[in-house]
Amino acid sequence: MNTDILLLSFFMGLVTYIPRWFPLAFLSRRRLPRWFTTWLDFIPVSILSALVAPALITSGEPRHMDILRPELFVAVPTFIIALKTRSLGLTVVAGMLLFWVAGMWLR
Amino acid sequence: MTAPAPKEENLAAVFKDGVKTAWPICLGYFPIGLAFGVIAGKAGLSPLDIGLMSVLVFAGSAQFIAVSMLTGGAGLIPVVMTAFVVNLRHLLMSSSLSVFLRDLGAWRTALYGYGVTDESFAVNLTKFRDESWDWRRALVVNHTSNAAWVGSTVIGGYAGELVPPGAFGLDYALIAMFLCLLVFQLRGPLYTAVAVVSGGVAVLFSLLFPGNFYIVAASVIAATLGLVFIRRRPGTPALQMGTEETKS
Repeated sequence: MNTDILLLSFFMGLVTYIPRWFPLAFLSRRRLPRWFTTWLDFIPVSILSALVAPALITSGEPRHMDILRPELFVAVPTFIIALKTRSLGLTVVAGMLLFWVAGMWLR
Repeated sequence: MTAPAPKEENLAAVFKDGVKTAWPICLGYFPIGLAFGVIAGKAGLSPLDIGLMSVLVFAGSAQFIAVSMLTGGAGLIPVVMTAFVVNLRHLLMSSSLSVFLRDLGAWRTALYGYGVTDESFAVNLTKFRDESWDWRRALVVNHTSNAAWVGSTVIGGYAGELVPPGAFGLDYALIAMFLCLLVFQLRGPLYTAVAVVSGGVAVLFSLLFPGNFYIVAASVIAATLGLVFIRRRPGTPALQMGTEETKS
């Protein structure tokens, strides 16, 4: 075992843990103002959209627009399946299969 | 001993619910964890190093960045600072989760904090909002995902290119999961509008700025616009407040 890596992992773990834990420990004990809970209510939908949208239409490092990708084409049926079935498991499996097939066609 | 049977049944049910809910996350982690293990192995980390890093850090993107920075000869402090910045987005996620994790003791809160990732956050929050979900089940989700992450990274460290890249569409698992969870969050026109704004701003910022700053920036901007809209038009029918709101 490499002690440098262990030390690095420890400090990385510490700085990663603090932002994960801090709001749980301090916000959950307080009575939050109404505007703040309303604001927090919009956070999940915002984060999910912010995670997904660039993954679908940009690529590379640094990122550039990249519309014609199987990621985007497959997202359309995957999105519809999610809307219709409202099943996470089914959507994930269907998305994977579609992406797999799309990859084989486009190669 | 007259141990109450229902309680034990309960615990098994809790475990089962949690694992059942966590499997899409595990499916998504598997290829990424393998890939991380392979890359870390090539950078000189032993499977034990890899496992310890995955246990201590439990953050995919930060671990990838750390290994590539190490390969480039970076020192401890720049790598740690980068990990901090990359993972600051969890502040927002934990803030959202905190609404559902009231009066959890200090130790359980500390344990919960360990398991907050993009994926566990999204899955648990959806569950908390939609059905009878509780911190026990949520913790099982967190730790099942954690086990999948640690396990797949270690396997990657041992067994190189076991799964060929692109196999079975595994690379799409997390995108499909986020897409589906996004659909679950579209609870009215206003939420859809906020999602569109957030996605648009995220794309723009991801093109303009390096790193993952775009996630936090787009989320804060879109959520704030949503709040401003509601304050301007208090009677907005699009808004269905969460259960925690209707109580007060």
